[in-house]
Order: sequence, then C-alpha cells, then structure tokens
Amino acid sequence: MATGLNPSYFVALSAALFCIGLYGAISRKNAIAVLVSIELMLTAVNINLVAFNKFLTPEAFIGQIFAIFVITVAAAEVGLGLAIVIAIYRNRKSVDLDDFDWMKW
Amino acid sequence: MVQFALNHAWLVPLLPALAFVIIVFLTRPWPKVSSTVSIAAILSSFVLSSSIAYGVFTNPGFIEKPLVYSLRWFGMEGFTVHVGVMLDPTSTMMLFMVSMVATLIQIYSTGYMEGDPQYSVFFSYLSLFAASMLGLVISSNLLQMFVMWELVGLCSFLLIGFYTFKISAREAAKKAFITTRIGDFGMLLGLLFLQIVFGTLDLTELAQRVPAFEQFGISLGLLTLIAILLFIGPIGKSGQFPLHVWLPDAMEGPTPVSALIHAATMVVAGVYLVGRTLFLFAEVPGAMEVVAFTGAFTALFAATIAVTQREIKRILAYSTVSQLGYMMLALGVGSLSASMFHLWTHAFFKALMFLGAGSVLHALHHKADVWDMGGLIKKMPITGWTFVVGGLAIAGIPPFAGFWSKDEILAVTLEYAKHGHTLGYVLFLMATFTAFLTAFYMWRMIFLAFFGKEKPENHPHESPWNMTFPLIVLAVLAAVGGLIGTPWANWWSRWIHFGQPHHGEPAIGLMLLSVVLALAGIGLAYLLYYKDEEKRTAQELAKRYPTLYRISFNKYYVDELYQWFTRTVVDAGANVLYWFDIHVVDGIVNGLAGITKTSGKGLRYLQTGKLQTYALVFFVAVLVITVVLAFGDPTSAGIMGGGK
Amino acid sequence: MENIYSYIAFVLLSGMILGSALLVVTLKNLVHSVLWLIVAFIGVAGIFLLLNADFVAAVQVLVYAGAVCIMIVFGVMLVQRIDMANSNPVNRRFKIAAPVVGGLFIVIGLLTARAQWVAAGKEVPTQTVQNLAPILLQDFVIPFEVAAILLTVALTGALVLVKEVKSNGDRS
Repeated sequence: MATGLNPSYFVALSAALFCIGLYGAISRKNAIAVLVSIELMLTAVNINLVAFNKFLTPEAFIGQIFAIFVITVAAAEVGLGLAIVIAIYRNRKSVDLDDFDWMKW
Repeated sequence: MVQFALNHAWLVPLLPALAFVIIVFLTRPWPKVSSTVSIAAILSSFVLSSSIAYGVFTNPGFIEKPLVYSLRWFGMEGFTVHVGVMLDPTSTMMLFMVSMVATLIQIYSTGYMEGDPQYSVFFSYLSLFAASMLGLVISSNLLQMFVMWELVGLCSFLLIGFYTFKISAREAAKKAFITTRIGDFGMLLGLLFLQIVFGTLDLTELAQRVPAFEQFGISLGLLTLIAILLFIGPIGKSGQFPLHVWLPDAMEGPTPVSALIHAATMVVAGVYLVGRTLFLFAEVPGAMEVVAFTGAFTALFAATIAVTQREIKRILAYSTVSQLGYMMLALGVGSLSASMFHLWTHAFFKALMFLGAGSVLHALHHKADVWDMGGLIKKMPITGWTFVVGGLAIAGIPPFAGFWSKDEILAVTLEYAKHGHTLGYVLFLMATFTAFLTAFYMWRMIFLAFFGKEKPENHPHESPWNMTFPLIVLAVLAAVGGLIGTPWANWWSRWIHFGQPHHGEPAIGLMLLSVVLALAGIGLAYLLYYKDEEKRTAQELAKRYPTLYRISFNKYYVDELYQWFTRTVVDAGANVLYWFDIHVVDGIVNGLAGITKTSGKGLRYLQTGKLQTYALVFFVAVLVITVVLAFGDPTSAGIMGGGK
Repeated sequence: MENIYSYIAFVLLSGMILGSALLVVTLKNLVHSVLWLIVAFIGVAGIFLLLNADFVAAVQVLVYAGAVCIMIVFGVMLVQRIDMANSNPVNRRFKIAAPVVGGLFIVIGLLTARAQWVAAGKEVPTQTVQNLAPILLQDFVIPFEVAAILLTVALTGALVLVKEVKSNGDRS
C-alpha cells in the first residue's frame, strides 16, 4: 500500500460528511440550503466510490466512472432544483420548505 | 315415410320451435302469416306423429324395446348427459294426442283471438308451448325432460299472463309460476339424488338399475324419499293437492290456453312423468300409496269445490284437477294403462269443453257466470251439443270415452283393494263418490248454461267455422275415443302397460254401479237446475247448510290459508332476515368501511406535505433497521459486517 | 515517509472538509454557506487527489466548486432580495435531526470498524485520463450518451420552469 491509510478512514470521512449533509437537509428551512446539503451528501458518496476504486479495484476505474456520472447527474439535479425553487418562489414568495405543503392531506 | 318419421322423431318438437323463432324474428308484424306458419308447423308435427304412431302401433316389438336414439349433450368426468328420443307406445300415444289437440286448438285460436293486437305473439307462445310439451314427451332422459318441463312452465307463465294489462292475469301467472316452481324444486332434488345414487338420468338405464337399488348402497327408505321428492314435481305441475291452487287461477289466460294447459299439455306432464318413472315408484309401496292417496283426495276435494263454483271456466278447472287426481290414483294403484287411458280420453273431452266454454265466452263477451247464461243451446247449437257430448263423456255415460277410462280406474282400484290393500277400499269409495259428484257438477253447469230460460240481455251467436270445426272433431273423439280400451277388446292395455299387461275381466257390476252413479248425478242436477226453473231448492240447500256451502265456494280456504301463511310466517321470517341483513350484515360491512374511514381520517394527518419530515422519518427508520440488523440477529450482523 | 505525508494530508483535508461542511449547514447567511461549500468541495478534490483520481478531482473542482456553486449563488440572489443575514434559518426539526444523524454516524462508524477490507494490493495507474477515456467512450458509451441527454433535458426543463408567466397564462 502506497499510503498508510486504509478504506476505513475514507468511509468514516464520507459517513461524517453524509451525516452533516443529512442534518442540513432535514433542519434547514431554506430550500436552496437543502439543495446545498444534498450536494454535500452526494459528494460524500463520491468519496466512497473513489476510495473503493483505489483500494479494491484499482485497475478497473469503475468507481471513478461512477463518480463522474454522479457529478453529472448532480449538476443536472441542482439546475432543475433551482429552477423549481425559483418557479415556486414566483408563486408563493417564499422559499421555506415548510410552506410547500400543499401536497398534504 | 313411416321409417323416416321414426328416425326423425326429433323433428316433431323442432318444427313448432322453429315456428316460434320464425314468428318472433320475422313474421310478427303480419298476424295471418304468423298463424299460418304456426299451424303449418304443428300440422306437420301432427302428420309426423301420426306416421310414428302408425310405425309404433304396428310393431309390438316397441313395447318391450323402445326405440331410443340420442347424442351426447354435455359431459364431464364421470357425468355425461345425452339428449335423445325415446319412442315407445306411451310416448307415441302422447305425441299423437298432444300434436293433435294442439293443432285443433291453434285452428280454434285463429277464430278466438281474431283481432287481438298480440295475435302473432300469442301464436308464437302456442308454438313454443307445443314444442316444449312434445319435447318433454319424447325425452329419453330425465334431465332433458326437466328442461322441457321448465320450458312448459315458462310458456304457461307467458300465456296465463298473456293479457298483461289485467292485474289479475299477471297475478295468476306469477302464482302459477311460483307454485309450480315449488314442485319443481322437489323434483330437482329427486333428480339429483337419482344422479348421485344411480349415476345416470337416462330412463332406459334407470329402469334397469333402480330395481337393483340395494346394489347401489341405498335403503328402501332413501328410495322412498327419492320417489316422493320426484313426485313433488308432478304435484305442482299436475295441480294435485296441496299445490293445486294455481290451476283455477290459470283461467285468466285466453281460453285456448286453458284448453291447451288443462287438456293436453302442461298438467298431464306431471302424470306422464310419474308414468315414465313408474319403475321407480313400483319399487316403493310407500311412495305408491302417497301417489294413490294424493290422487284420490285431490279428485274428491276438487269435485266438492266444483259443485258450488259459478264461473264456467273455474268449474272446468276444478274438474280438471279432479280428473288429474283420477290419473294419479290409477298410477298409485300401479296401473299405467288405466292412467294413460284416462289421460287420453280426458284430453279430448276436456279440450272440447274448454273450447266450448271459450266459444260461449266469445259469444257472451266474456260473461263467465253460469247463472247469467241459460238456453244457449238454441242460439249456439254446435257449441251446445258438442258440449253435451263432452258432459256425457266426463260424467261416464257409455259408450262415451270417459266411461271406459273411468271404469278402468275404478276397476283397477277395486282390484288393488282386493289384493290385500285394505285402504284401497277407501280409495275406491272416494273415487266412486267423485264420479257421482263429477256427473252432478258438470250437468249443473250444462243445465244452467245451455238449457232453461234464455236471458234477454244475452245476444249469443254461433261461433265461426274455425272455432266450431275443432269442437266437432273433438266431440267425435270424445264420443268414440274410448272404444279402443273397452274391457271386451282392450286394445289399449295390450300396448300401454307397466309390468304384465293385465286383462281385467269385464266387471258388469262395477259398470252398472258407475253408470247408475253418473245417471244419479245427472238426474239430481236435472231436478235442481232444470226442472226447478227458479232454482229454489238449490238456493234453499245453500241456505240451509251455509257452512258447507261457504267452505266449498271458498275452495276450503286453501288460498286464504296460504296467504295467511305467507303473511305471518314467511313475512315474519323475512322481517327477521331483513333485520339481520340491515343490522348485522350491513353492520359488519359498514363497520369495516367505517373503521377504514375513521382510521384514514386520523392517519391522513401523517401526510403533512412537509418533505423534510418525510426525510426525517425515512432516516429514523433506516437507523432503526440498520441497528436491528447489525447488532441483533447474528446472521444478518455477519452480512452487514462484510459478507461473512 | 510518504505514508506520514499522506496521513497528514488526509487529516488536514478531512478537517477542512468537515469544518467547512459544518459551517455550510449551520451558518445563518446563505451566501456564506455557499462560499463555505466551495471550500468543502475543494477539500474533497484534495481527497480525490490523495486517492490517485486526478481526473475526478479536476472535474470536482470544475463542476462542483465552479459551476454548481456559482449556479447556487445565482439562485440565492434570484429568490432572496432582502435581509441576507438571516436567509438560512433552522426549523424545529433540528432537535430530532441532530441525534438521528449522530446515531447514523456512530452506527456506520462501528460497522466500518468491524469491516475487514480485502485489499487489492495494486496501485492505481498514474495515467488516469488515458485509462478512463476508453472505458467511458467504449464500454460505457451508452450511459455516457444517456447522461448527455439527461443534462440537456434537465437544463431545457429548468429553462421552461423559470420562464416568466404572463398574467394571461402565456409563457413569453
């Protein structure tokens, strides 16, 4: 092993980042902040993918490919998400997710 | 021709059925075309039946070995039903008689129904009725017979309720249908039993298997039950007590229908069915006694009612019930030939009398009370005199047809009594007394309606030829139709019999007795209703015995009893069930729906619409499941810990 | 010696990522949050470099730290006009959310500690782009194209969504 690091470190880092992102996604009121938190969670996943790529299948590059796709989809998701937030904001003059509850009972 | 007819006997019911289809779908707008089609079909059937009759009655081989051919109708594992034709002297006789009477009645109907807006429909029903009856007669299989039996019931329903604008007609049709359905239910149970026990409903096979019933693992008691269940069908269909109530009400239909129902078709179906399955009844003396007593009681019971009735068709209806009782009695004492012989003669004179009554009603514009008639014979000679012939025949005056057949029944009943059945004497007494009553009430009606003073308000006229022609033909048959079965030359019982053909010695004493009784009945009627022009004695008699008169006039209150039963017991039961349905069944259903509704009402508030709450709940669940899997069950913990 | 350097690098990068990520989710000013997000993404790119994934690291910087964050800043500016200082409030759920995510982290940590990794014992080739290209454009060409279509559709959809709606209902 080139580094003294084993996958556990990266998994733990990724878990921590994911949990922080999750906390943000659940506890923020602002819809854009939630989008930001989701980006954090996706990045945490990418760390895992690349780490496993390095330690488990270094020559196949599947993890990296996967990470690239995740980044692509995340970019699309952010774009769409922002568009939706803006559209809703126009109608409701609000970005508070708790106000977006017209799908309730 | 004869050979063709024998091999194509299925055409006999098929032709009228075809006529029904043609009338319904093609010729309904043109009444004359419809009636022509219908009559042509039934006439062809009659010609075919005559050929068959010629073929069968010139070949004694058919007595022991009926001509049977069939094809597979449907089947499944271990259960096959054939539909087929069975030609033996009995069914051939029925075929001949039914098609002939039906032909005459259809000719008569062209006059009687003239100008009716539903003329075509009427003929289509008549055709279907004839078709189902003919199909019933030639059935080789009890299931096939049952289907035809129900078709006959349906047609009678349609025809009794033919005047749909009359409430009474609709009620009568319903009554007929429901009452006979009660009987049919019993019959169906009997058929199911037969199928389960003997594995077949084919008449020929059943006839071989039933006598060996012990090999099929059933006791005599069960066989008796089967026979009695089967007999419930004929009780309903043939108007036996206590299911006779529909028959007099069936008079609401057009008169040709009454003739068709009462003379040739529907009501004799029951007698015919018992005759067909006599091999079953013969095995169980208990069932035979039930048949005999039902028949004798019905005969007497209906006769006592007929004595006081006022409507011409109603009298005839009760007389039919009574005569059917005779036929059942004959079957019950084990004589197929006597029963069938009476069926044969009765068909002629009863059809004759009904058609005659129809002619009278036609002339008097449906004034039905015999007390409002009188002296009709002068204005309507053909109707009147043919009616008299019918009256002589039913009263049992030799040499008219009814005498021979009734005498035969009395003879076999007496013989039955002599062979160790002490109760047979009771049957005999009932039958002889009924003979007296029959003569009395029939001639009461004839004297009242056709003789005596003319009523000025009536303007009767003789009916057209197409109505009188059938009357004449039937009158001739009613006069001479019994000569084929006289005790001296009993051609009849040579052909139609069950078991050994019995040669009853001519019992002169018995004949004398029945003639004397008949004459006494006629004489009494003469004294009361002809000699006594004001009918004072008759009215005084009715006043002196008001209870008897009222009981008889109100038909022993059987209808009222049934109504009371329906109102109290059935309605009460229905109310209980209604309550049960509303409160318990609906309660359960509504309760379940209510639980769903209430819980839905409560639980829907979980659907807050707040996305983050959903995410929180989701991850709480993820956490819980992960903890349970990772630290609970060792197997799953191993999987969570790296696939080990 | 390299081990220690990479270890130190990991610790530093981790601290940078987690610290800035915590700031992202706790700061009250949304614009500041987004700026800290950029820092976190750059830290992640450093982790990628540490993991010999230089191409992914470059993409991470370009797409996330560059494009995505700028897009988000634009979004913030479009919807938030006044009082940016309190633009990112916390809702009532954080009291439940904090223990839940804490528990989740502990559980994952425990499982990770228990896990036994099967190391491949091989090195990641240094030329990552040359190795990635054939995989991406040969083996994964269909997902690649699908991703391209997805991007196009998503951005078109975004355009349609944010178009101004006139009072008569027409989209200009």
